[in-house]
Amino acid sequence: MQLDQFQSKQFGRRAAFIVGGKLVLLSALVGRMYYLQVLQSERYQTLAEDNRINLRLLPPPRGRILDRFGRPVALNRQNYRVVIVPEDAGDLSATLERLAQVVPLADPERRRVFRDAERKRPFVPITVRENLSWEEFSRVEVNMPDLAGVRTEVGRIRDYPYGPSFAHIVGYVAVASDKELDGDPLLELPDFRIGKAGAEKVYDLALRGSAGTTQVEVNARGRDIRELARDEGEPGKDVTLSIDFGLQQFLTQRIANERSAAAVLMDPHSGEVLAMASTPSFEPNEFNEGLSAARWQALTSDPLSPLTNKVIGGQYPPGSTFKVAVALAALESGAATPNSKVNCPGYLELGDTRFHCWKPQGHGLLDMHGGIKNSCDVYFYETARRTGVDRIAEMARRLGMGAPTGIDLTGERPGLIPTRAWKKATLGQSWTQGETLVTGIGQGFVLTTPLQLVLMLSRVVNGGKAVVPRIVRKPPEGGLIQASLAEGEPPPSLGISDASLQVLLSGMNAVVNDGGTAHGARIAQPGMEMGGKSGTSQVRRITAAEREHKKRGPEDRPWRERDNALFIAYAPVSAPRYACAIVIEHAGSGGSIAAAPIARDLLIEAQTRDPLSGKPSEPLAGRGKREVPS
Amino acid sequence: MASFGHIRGEVRMSLAEKLWQVNWSLVLLVALLCGIGFAMLYSAANGSWDPWASRQMIRFGVGLLLMLGAALVDIRHWMRLAYPIYFVALVLLGAVDVVGADAMGAQRWLDLKVVQLQPSEIMKVALVLALARYFHGIGPEQIGRITVVFVPLLLVAAPVFLVLKQPDLGTAIMLLASGGVLFFLAGVRLWKFAAVLVAGLGAVPLAWHFLHGYQKARILTFLDPERDPLGTGYHILQSKIALGSGGILGKGFLEGTQSHLNFLPEKATDFIFTMLAEEFGIIGGLALLSLYVLLIVYGIAVALRARSQFGRLLAMGVTVTFFLYVFVNIAMVMGLIPVVGVPLPLVSYGGTAMLSILFAFGLVIGVYVHRDVRIGRRGVESGL
Repeated sequence: MQLDQFQSKQFGRRAAFIVGGKLVLLSALVGRMYYLQVLQSERYQTLAEDNRINLRLLPPPRGRILDRFGRPVALNRQNYRVVIVPEDAGDLSATLERLAQVVPLADPERRRVFRDAERKRPFVPITVRENLSWEEFSRVEVNMPDLAGVRTEVGRIRDYPYGPSFAHIVGYVAVASDKELDGDPLLELPDFRIGKAGAEKVYDLALRGSAGTTQVEVNARGRDIRELARDEGEPGKDVTLSIDFGLQQFLTQRIANERSAAAVLMDPHSGEVLAMASTPSFEPNEFNEGLSAARWQALTSDPLSPLTNKVIGGQYPPGSTFKVAVALAALESGAATPNSKVNCPGYLELGDTRFHCWKPQGHGLLDMHGGIKNSCDVYFYETARRTGVDRIAEMARRLGMGAPTGIDLTGERPGLIPTRAWKKATLGQSWTQGETLVTGIGQGFVLTTPLQLVLMLSRVVNGGKAVVPRIVRKPPEGGLIQASLAEGEPPPSLGISDASLQVLLSGMNAVVNDGGTAHGARIAQPGMEMGGKSGTSQVRRITAAEREHKKRGPEDRPWRERDNALFIAYAPVSAPRYACAIVIEHAGSGGSIAAAPIARDLLIEAQTRDPLSGKPSEPLAGRGKREVPS
Repeated sequence: MASFGHIRGEVRMSLAEKLWQVNWSLVLLVALLCGIGFAMLYSAANGSWDPWASRQMIRFGVGLLLMLGAALVDIRHWMRLAYPIYFVALVLLGAVDVVGADAMGAQRWLDLKVVQLQPSEIMKVALVLALARYFHGIGPEQIGRITVVFVPLLLVAAPVFLVLKQPDLGTAIMLLASGGVLFFLAGVRLWKFAAVLVAGLGAVPLAWHFLHGYQKARILTFLDPERDPLGTGYHILQSKIALGSGGILGKGFLEGTQSHLNFLPEKATDFIFTMLAEEFGIIGGLALLSLYVLLIVYGIAVALRARSQFGRLLAMGVTVTFFLYVFVNIAMVMGLIPVVGVPLPLVSYGGTAMLSILFAFGLVIGVYVHRDVRIGRRGVESGL
């Protein structure tokens, strides 16, 4: 009991001590309150009224995209817009109603404002309308006193002066979606746009730059008083494409009349793409001005897929152009020599199946040169049979097919080079020899993109070097797809013998210049002669009955069922400097008729302008969409 | 039942008797403070019950029942449950580290799908309970022994360590402080405190090394607020501007420009006192402070009135912890001490904190209701 009392007393003493401590702390609080709220109150009231420091982000100007000679194909122009800060607006719908009396507002725009208002923090400005005319802009300015929370801003908007002609290369920009918000506060700004496709997307980080900041003193009504400090941030870097402006324009217009086509021109020694066109194209300016849902729907559901860059995203059976890879596979594996002879009676029989040559009466006895020159199907059925599909596939892959080439663009597809193992794994069936035969003429399972075709050709005409295609001259830091070769580094050799390459070069020369399949499209100017290989690929099996009676010509068949026309070409034959691939979907006529003339015109234009010599070429006179403001 | 002799007289009270004994003015005081909280949360949402005030009111309803429940249960039960509660809280704290949800850069939340739990808030009560339980079992003749302090030191150190890992420097310091106060009240020799103080000061450089960057920044900014007026110092500066501009009478309910133009950060939680002082001036601030003081005085009175050491330590421990929170929060928003992220008890938005505090005051009322219950040193095991 005594202990108990002792404990109680000790507790009492110590509790008293604690209470004393509390009193000291409490008086500190009261004293501080008195100091802040009574003694210093006036000072803080001034601070509160006038000197609110507001930190704001300054979006950096997006870097330009230039052609190889510095001509801008994507740049920024001024954009007058009206924004609203929900927190300052109070009643959002009433304010929008008043604003609508000043500038017209469509219903979807209003809905978007309300949706953004819920999604973003209340002090983040929301864009109501963009691309105001100067007149509309001034009307809003004049009426500002009645429009709480409404502000006008002069921003920058992306401009593609050549629109569809560069759309597939440059891509387009748009406001980041919720999914793309990566923590960079810039992306939350109302007018900030990021690259969504093409070079804009691949080199977005370089083009984007980094945010600057400004410290603004704001008064109690949220109005700016003055700027305290400003950090401009890092403007986006320019990206220089390897594309030649003049050639790009030429090529776009040359295939503009086709319903669906793809064409690409490349420097076979460096891999630099000089022109790349895909028809139909789209208007990239529509995207940064805000695309309506209906318009987007129309673009994505269009059967001609205008948003797809068919040079890298279109996969076609290569047809006879594939014979280049087959011939090299045969020569390099020893399955055939340049002198290997095959007799073509117009067909080849395997078991009880008859494989036809495109020339029903046959070519007679041919060596490899003749086989290439005449594009004899029987010659390549037999060559493929001797070589075997796996060795053909191995060579095709070495030449750049069957996998993405690694070009620095979005939307590249891999194509397909079949092997025995592939068929077993995907279809669960064994490979048949008949399939090897049709592979030999680029039909069956084989699929390639036009870019892979020009890459194959480039690797043959450049002396067997493993060039990799690219779209920029100097890849900037932070690209989505890194060029696999360092700049200036010579591409490694593919290990294909010169003798084999020579057989192909002389064969392709003969195709055009020595009475071969594309004789009609030869280049007459001395020193500019081109060599090439035609291809016509079936998208549909020809029935025996049709073959027998020749009942239906191409023009009788629906467009979707007509043959694709392909042509790959290089020039000049003496020392190849330009290589191209042309694919015309469902042309109806063969590659030498529908595609070779385009290749001819393109190669003449390329050699005339000769961008690889380092001098800029003039744009097409009077045919440009509109001039760039300097 | 022989050992029942330790407990004199009125062992069993009927529920009605207990209800009669409940300190209703204390309950009213608590309700009043919560009511001020609702009003401020309503203002923080720019005059809207959503998203804070309405939810906080529901929690208050639940918490009120919890408080009365805690008060009516015999404190010997609570004494027996002290360690289990402590261990549950400890396990929950540990779980935060493993599966916790992030809120503003720190893992302090446990998402139980139905409710989000902040175990560090529970630990604040659990630690007081456990220490009171422990020191109850130590007689004055033993308290001088150095070995006696090892177990309670461990009881304090374990949650402090876990909380520091979250990282939540503020709560860690609070746990240390309320633990220290209980040591002191229990009669631990003063020279030991001096020794710990010296050792603690010696450890400052070492501790500095382990602090997170933002914690260092907060302390440096506290020492020199002009160092970084747009970074860490921004909160303090804006809070002082809001407070100071409130003046004597304030700008009026819902009229605080600083709070409503978003210059004031986290106005529903840590900086809610600033908003109150901006809108109601020093008069409002002092009024709130007076209510807190009144509540604390009640707590102290209950502690002095209790006949068991457990009751005294519990009531006093809860009261002191409560006071520390009030002090640290208000001192922090006024720029007296670094910003450590401690809510204003009963007023700040936060479910776990409110429920924990209401439960704690339930315990204090319980101590009052059972003030004449004497408990033997091992009373729990033998008594019930």
